[in-house]
Amino acid sequence: MIRSESRALQLNDQGQLKHFLTLDGLDKSILTEILDRADSFLSMGEQSVKKVPLLRGKTVVNLFFENSTRTRTTFELAAKRLSADVINLNIETSATSKGESLLDTLQNLEAMQSDMFIVRHADSGAPHFIAEHCTPNVAIINAGDGRHAHPTQAMLDMLTIRRHKNTFEGLNVAIVGDILHSRVARSQIHALNTLGVNEVRLIGPKTLVPEYFKEMGAKIYYELESGLKDVDVIIMLRLQKERMQGALLPSESEFYRLYGLTQTSLSWAKPDAIVMHPGPINRGVEISSEVADGEHSVILNQVTNGIAVRMAIMSMAMSGQLQEKEQQASSKGEMI
Amino acid sequence: MKICIKNGRIIDPSQELDAVLDLYIEDDKVVALGEAPVGFILDETVDAKGLWVLPGLIDLAVSLREPGFTQKGNIASETLAAASGGVTTIVCPPDTKPIVDTPAVAALIQDKAFESGRANVLPIGALTQGLEGSKLSNMVALTEAGCVAVSNHRHPMVNTKVLSRALEYASTHDLLVIFHPDETSLSEGGCAHEGVMSTMHGLSGIPETAETIALARDLMLIEKTKVKAHFARLSSAKSIELVADAKAAGMDVTADVALHSLLLTDNVLSEFDGHYHVLPPLRSEDDRLTLIEGIKAGVVSAICSDHQPHEKMAKIAPFSATEPGMANLEILLPLAMTLMDEGDLDFNLLLSCLTQGPASCIGIDAGSLAVGSYADIVLFDSTTRWNWSGSNRKTKGQNSPWIGEDLIGKVVSTYLSGQKVFPIN
Repeated sequence: MIRSESRALQLNDQGQLKHFLTLDGLDKSILTEILDRADSFLSMGEQSVKKVPLLRGKTVVNLFFENSTRTRTTFELAAKRLSADVINLNIETSATSKGESLLDTLQNLEAMQSDMFIVRHADSGAPHFIAEHCTPNVAIINAGDGRHAHPTQAMLDMLTIRRHKNTFEGLNVAIVGDILHSRVARSQIHALNTLGVNEVRLIGPKTLVPEYFKEMGAKIYYELESGLKDVDVIIMLRLQKERMQGALLPSESEFYRLYGLTQTSLSWAKPDAIVMHPGPINRGVEISSEVADGEHSVILNQVTNGIAVRMAIMSMAMSGQLQEKEQQASSKGEMI
Repeated sequence: MKICIKNGRIIDPSQELDAVLDLYIEDDKVVALGEAPVGFILDETVDAKGLWVLPGLIDLAVSLREPGFTQKGNIASETLAAASGGVTTIVCPPDTKPIVDTPAVAALIQDKAFESGRANVLPIGALTQGLEGSKLSNMVALTEAGCVAVSNHRHPMVNTKVLSRALEYASTHDLLVIFHPDETSLSEGGCAHEGVMSTMHGLSGIPETAETIALARDLMLIEKTKVKAHFARLSSAKSIELVADAKAAGMDVTADVALHSLLLTDNVLSEFDGHYHVLPPLRSEDDRLTLIEGIKAGVVSAICSDHQPHEKMAKIAPFSATEPGMANLEILLPLAMTLMDEGDLDFNLLLSCLTQGPASCIGIDAGSLAVGSYADIVLFDSTTRWNWSGSNRKTKGQNSPWIGEDLIGKVVSTYLSGQKVFPIN
């Protein structure tokens, strides 16, 4: 299995998170810490006072180069529950070249003395780029970059799985649909393998599931029935309408017939299988309403878990940055 | 002017020569090796003890960026970079602004190069007007104006019929056509080799088939039209097989590869560093090794720098938004020599791919130190370790992963037609 190392950029000298760019290269202990911390925030969410002061006095900037009300809102809520000040910036791709506007934007934002950027961008690797070119001690959280990664979404899915299945050991997890264009799927594959599931399966036609994914440690199935056999967790991905124009699929109806999750196809999985979907759902395209609203579905829990997971990640990255800052200050002191 | 370069180790693949010999220059030519000609009265003696004396290098792919893109580079800066790297002849693509589709632009480039006086500059003319792929350019006039070949560079033809006619026309006049095989419907929007790394990192892939499908089509048309053909910047293993098969079947085609394709693979993509964004893309280790095999087997006869200088901003962006290309012209030789450390290639073969190999691809009289040749000569210190930074850098391009790196082997001086062109005060 091929893994690349983004450790150096994401972790401080003590091995703590200081940015959160990708799950690739993060080990099990960090992922487990995120889940444990999110669990504690979840129980807090049930209390009447929902705020904790972990990010008090800090400024969090939601830097969205792609529109996404849902993800932005959960980040905003998470930041506010950590007592941070939140600024929302929606920067639609301007007429100027993307690279220039991104660097210009960064330079302007640096003047605002922010402590954390939540970044969503259409280009894979944009948060890496920002982490490398931004002033030190600003934490970068990836809220989705191109087709590359959506690590907070994947971690909230992991939390949902753990809360329903208690463990990752022995689980068979199937991800169904448009894997090719999915940053969520890529991050899920890293997370599931790191957390030690038995098998990650990808199900879809070759146009949407290139064989290269095998090298990420996934098993590929081109057919739904065999792919869902003995599966504990089914993750359905959203099928974008524009995929029809790209000649990737003949029609929505044929896709639904072959890969759509219905009561019948759900019965091929384990009887206690859970059904997940990162949303928004296309009913009748990748999943039937019956299943989406049925007893196996945990889709709504995913939204609640999203806030807790993002609180966990934001607080960890901020403390990692503070640790590094203190260490830099003390090592400077030693030099004097 | 009569010069003797004394005591140097002369390495010249064109004569299968590797010996410590004195070399005599009169005006612009090499006049003797070993013993001085009778009655030869020296104006200057250069002691080359401990140095290698090599034919001036020939680079088939150097973007000078002038006219049109002088924020990235210009003829003066890039020919100085060439001279400092021991490159005495450079072939430049037609994608300037304006495009090299009129004799006037071809003449302008050569005039400016002549003024700089650092290197021979041979432009490639556009195969079609504006490189738009629909109307034939005045190819014969371009050739008369000094263009060494015609090419549509990496720009697509509107259809295969136009390509076929362009080749027939070029064949009529015995012109060399340079092909950059690329089926744009497959490569469009891509920025990295389609494979595990691009898939993992969510970068749009360029499949190997983008190159091989175009290459196979081109070979069919070359066979039919009998046009003189050269394939530029082959990047995939399968392409090497296709060209090898064509050569085995008796077709007279040549090919080159970019040096970075021999040194790097798509493994470098993991940190999204735009400096590794090149076209065609860096491919897999298997591809890299097959390109090297292609050199050993004589399928590939030239290695070029594929020099594409950019200003710093061109690479300061997320990977896919950066402009493709690297600027390694002036470190061509020390970089190429790192292939020897791997035990992949011997120096003679490498040097051949930098001298007589490219000369024969484009049919020019250069790349040799044989008596009677033009005195394009490099004196090279093969052991010096130096850092490629600061005033050691001559190109205007700010885009190379080797900037700031230590290199072994440095050009001491370069002669162009008997004139010292580097270093000069």
